Amino acid sequence: MSYEIVSRPHQQNFIDWSADKPEVVVLTADLTNSCEVGLWRDTYPERFFSMGMAEQNMLGVAAGLAREGFEPWLHTFAVFLYRRPLDQLQMSIAYPSLKVRLVGFLPGIMTPGGVTHQAIEDFAVLRAIPNMTILEVGDATEAESVIDIAHAVDGPVYIRQLRGEVSRIFPKDEPFVFNHARVLSEGEEVTLITSGIMTEEALRAMPLIKERGVRVKHLHVSTIKPFNDPQVIAAVTSASKGVVTMENHSVIGGIGSAVAEVMAEHGAGIPLKRIGIKDTYAHGASQKYLLEELGLNAQSLVAAIEELTGQNLNIAAEDLAAVRVADVHSAAKAEAL
Amino acid sequence: MTSTTRASDQKLAEVAKGIRQRVLSHSLKNNGGYMSQACSAAELLSCMYGGLVDLPELEEPLLPRSFEGTPGTGGVNRKTGIEFHGGRKADRDRLISSPAHYALVIYAAMIETGRLHEDALNDFNKDGSTVEMIGAEHSPGFETTTGSLAQAISQASGVALARKIRNETGSTWVFMSDGEFQEGQTWEALQAASFHKLKNLKVIVDVNQGQCDGPMEQVMSIEPLAPKIEAFGWEVVRVDGHDTDAIFAAADTVTEKPLMILCYTDPVRGLPIMQERFPTLHYLRFTSEAEKAKYAVAFQEMVK
Repeated sequence: MSYEIVSRPHQQNFIDWSADKPEVVVLTADLTNSCEVGLWRDTYPERFFSMGMAEQNMLGVAAGLAREGFEPWLHTFAVFLYRRPLDQLQMSIAYPSLKVRLVGFLPGIMTPGGVTHQAIEDFAVLRAIPNMTILEVGDATEAESVIDIAHAVDGPVYIRQLRGEVSRIFPKDEPFVFNHARVLSEGEEVTLITSGIMTEEALRAMPLIKERGVRVKHLHVSTIKPFNDPQVIAAVTSASKGVVTMENHSVIGGIGSAVAEVMAEHGAGIPLKRIGIKDTYAHGASQKYLLEELGLNAQSLVAAIEELTGQNLNIAAEDLAAVRVADVHSAAKAEAL
Repeated sequence: MTSTTRASDQKLAEVAKGIRQRVLSHSLKNNGGYMSQACSAAELLSCMYGGLVDLPELEEPLLPRSFEGTPGTGGVNRKTGIEFHGGRKADRDRLISSPAHYALVIYAAMIETGRLHEDALNDFNKDGSTVEMIGAEHSPGFETTTGSLAQAISQASGVALARKIRNETGSTWVFMSDGEFQEGQTWEALQAASFHKLKNLKVIVDVNQGQCDGPMEQVMSIEPLAPKIEAFGWEVVRVDGHDTDAIFAAADTVTEKPLMILCYTDPVRGLPIMQERFPTLHYLRFTSEAEKAKYAVAFQEMVK
């Protein structure tokens, strides 16, 4: 399987999109080029505000701007939007339900920046915050179209955004639809829910899994909160053998947990296998290395489906489609982080 | 704009006295209250609501609303207490209060200056009321939720930045307490306001040198405050926080920098018997009927 590789999908797209929206302002915290808004700053210097490495204040300033009718788009690494300034996020932005857009880069274990740069529990933290909307993009098409989705929400939005070299998995003319999963395959034995970069990883194995005769309903989920898409509810409560979730996040509090909640509330008495980071921190290493080390890969999906079906699928690692992982030193990124 | 509508010296003194009386009366009735904050901040709040902050006038004092629910996605329950400050006007000032536990004192100041109905304190800390003990954005005179301290100055910076972008001529004022200078966020906000040249941002601080655990010198010293803030690029004026002339003069400081007025205050001013409780001044809770009786006598002295 090979996809078109889009270089910096957010960069020019966000500039073009902002042209007729004077209320859109951008705030950054010393990671402007790393978050693909260096050109945005040069294009709209009068509505770009450098806030320095001071995220608590940045979130408060954004709240004040939002109260006055501006729509602040904060760009920094995901960890710096919700860990250090969590109280500011809650009291200054989430409680009053202000139109602040938190664009978080490097979700999960996508960076060799190590534990300080890896947002592995952002869903868990942010799902618990009232008024938050949480979105995650899985490819270049979603990275481009997520901005319209966030713009339409009358409240705070957190986006797990992708940068650098990003695969285009979904057709450009099939944009992100709010709270509406993409159906990637149909089947009634196993329901597979994937999000973010885990969808591309799952798609490496899916042709072989289907070839081995397992009937899998595969849904790609991009709206993480709210989590009440009727398609998802139907799929996770009706599979005959069980459900698998696959996320670039801790298995606690993320998509696996959200699916478990839905299944339990609907009385679905079927097994659930959660593929994700198993309640551990990660460390500085390449994405490919970490995905394998932590078991966030196609082989884990094969194993989970084998457990649910009781069937040996006889799929070896080398049978899986070649892993496509962007080069750490790609020219499409400002630094190797 | 600041001094054009300045209240008379007599009126300022009456308002300050009224603030102390209302808070003490309320504390006697309810066996407790944030009394030292009334003693320290009475004059500076009298100034702020007495013309120093150029708030749009109200036709008559407003009654507090009932609590309608928490704000939610889709714009529900977004009403703040800004209506008690006369709303948003491009050429007028805004006032954002940071130390939300001063709420009783702020409500008293608004009653004394005709913005809040005098019956409002009957709703104080009552279930279903917006006249909350720790003011939040739905409470009269509040427009942000700042009970977690040091968050108002950042939010007010955002308001000031928005008003600068729109070329509004009114200033954005923040009322702060000195304990908030222990929080890192305050210093982040100071450096950013200076960096972004927010000369329309003005802060007035009740430097009463006390906090929940006791005197700040024993908890975590913040002095020397003025040179620290100056070093962050602000214009700083130190005044006696009970001298209304000095406070108004400080507010008239002409500067291209954001302005910080440090009002050094006495936490027992106007109620000297409270000194007996030193160092526990943060909240006045009567420990016996005899103590309460002493404060009742002090109240009678105060209203004479």
